[in-house]
Amino acid sequence: MKAKIIITPKKAVLDPQGKTVQNALEHMGYHGINAVHVGKYLEIELNGERETVRKQLDEACHKFLSNPVIEDYRLELE
Amino acid sequence: MNFAVLQFPGSNCDQDCVHVLSNVLGHSARLLWHKETSLGNTDAVIIPGGFSYGDYLRTGAIARFSPIMQAVQAFAANGGLVLGVCNGFQILCEAGMLPGALIRNRSLQFRCEHVFLKTQTRNSAFTNAIPDILMRIPIAHGEGCYFADAETVAKLNANDQILWRYVTAQGEATEASNPNGSVENIAGICNERRNVAGLMPHPERASEAILGCADGKSVFESIIAWHQQMVAKAA
Repeated sequence: MKAKIIITPKKAVLDPQGKTVQNALEHMGYHGINAVHVGKYLEIELNGERETVRKQLDEACHKFLSNPVIEDYRLELE
Repeated sequence: MNFAVLQFPGSNCDQDCVHVLSNVLGHSARLLWHKETSLGNTDAVIIPGGFSYGDYLRTGAIARFSPIMQAVQAFAANGGLVLGVCNGFQILCEAGMLPGALIRNRSLQFRCEHVFLKTQTRNSAFTNAIPDILMRIPIAHGEGCYFADAETVAKLNANDQILWRYVTAQGEATEASNPNGSVENIAGICNERRNVAGLMPHPERASEAILGCADGKSVFESIIAWHQQMVAKAA
């Protein structure tokens, strides 16, 4: 089974990387961009019962893979 | 006084801290490898700067789960003094021992320069012996922008937990004097119990006149003075 985890900065947190990428895109002539958020993407390959895996990874995301003070995460199982 | 200075793979200010505590200030300071599970005979813990675990995932995120950090958590829960410098501050925030988080500098630049710090309160183990001056201390970080939500910052203010702010040479906290975009120019804080503190600037790099500035020494002298008072009270 493959788990995909997408981590993004919380809306209230400064994202200077996203802002800089947005500026660069605009500079290149890509108009109409409202916002860019730069985050992280993790792929985890593992075995186990689907619901147990989800529960464990959810906990790992909360405790370790993301920092809830500054980041949100989305967990998908494939 | 017995200091323990933690050492993670990627720490790089550990020897500087030991040098200042032992050779400059004349106290016992020993390095403690991250795989150790006990602090032994320790009066205060210093978590030094560097790039523990290569800053992988997030700064401090992996170090906080190392065996020695479990001992540090227990030590702090028991009232023990813990100071985190730079990466040490990041580790303490990741560990939940200090509120908030350190994120990428607003400028996206790694900032390596001297800053002026205004001590906001002398009521702590880390600031009580700091003279009434602005401290000139170097910073060297890419992820030192202190972030906490408005509620947390209000609580830090209300509880007098903000220890240092980045200021101008005249002592004013302005946007220009803020090297990394930290909320309210915060350079260092302590926990509610006031026994755990962290700051991004490096006092251990400014503790000898030969290095251009010795203002940082008073941070360590504060810890020593505080400890001596505690020992005297207990006697």
